[in-house]
Amino acid sequence: MNDHQDCRQLLGSLSDFLDGDLESNLCAQIERHLAECPDCKIVVDTLQKTVSLYHTDVEQDSVPEGVRQRLFRRLEIDDLLDKGL
Amino acid sequence: MSSSKPSENFSLEALRNGDRNEFSRLVEAYYAMIYRLAIKMVGNPQDAEDILQETFIKAYRHLKDFDGRSSLSTWLYRVATNEALMFLRRKHPEQVSIDEPVDTEEGEMEPVQIVDWCCLPEQELLSSEARLHLDRAIDVLSPSLRVAFVLRDIQGLSTLETSEVLNLSETAVKTRLSRARLRLREELSSYYKERLAEGKQA
Repeated sequence: MNDHQDCRQLLGSLSDFLDGDLESNLCAQIERHLAECPDCKIVVDTLQKTVSLYHTDVEQDSVPEGVRQRLFRRLEIDDLLDKGL
Repeated sequence: MSSSKPSENFSLEALRNGDRNEFSRLVEAYYAMIYRLAIKMVGNPQDAEDILQETFIKAYRHLKDFDGRSSLSTWLYRVATNEALMFLRRKHPEQVSIDEPVDTEEGEMEPVQIVDWCCLPEQELLSSEARLHLDRAIDVLSPSLRVAFVLRDIQGLSTLETSEVLNLSETAVKTRLSRARLRLREELSSYYKERLAEGKQA
């Protein structure tokens, strides 16, 4: 990293930066730093990718077969399975 | 399958009176969401199923006390989160409790892995092996960081909703989320770095 002091200071703000939760002056400061610091740019890009991978991963997750039926049975509402939907 | 929340179109009066039909509609609407929370928290399908069942048993018992100040989904998340954290505490009593402040050991660590793996193709990033690794990386997080990440980034709750579920300030949620994301980025970078190297050798 070309300026470790800057990099360390920004580290705690990167998550808020990705969420668009930062004030505009701090946001601009980070963007200026990223333009000059390839290492921090990689950290931000891979941090963003990390979050988006988990998001995509869960969208592909399905609940295993039988979980729903066993839940309804345990709750003693299995007579209502597939009714009133 | 979408992780978006079902619309809240339930009769609170019927639910509070123990109406079985209305309760079965509630279970139908939210069971998948609660199961996904549980599996990401505990990592084991059998334990996740137990947590799912306990969550709705408790919900049925306590719906009469639901005051409607939060949404039903937030309230269910709170019940499920408590079940999952209690489970983890029983299993790993030595780990940090959600109520304790996040100690310095959990503070921001300097990024170690500086490798740009974003260019890997999507089928590599989300191969079945990679998805197993994504799950294992979550297990590395302490319960207090894991729960913030799962609610916010996997279940897609807002910071405010997450703070309501966990009974924490929004600032505390953001701090935990930041630490969890940075920790996971390190874990994923170690894994994908190897995939990049393999690609170059091939």
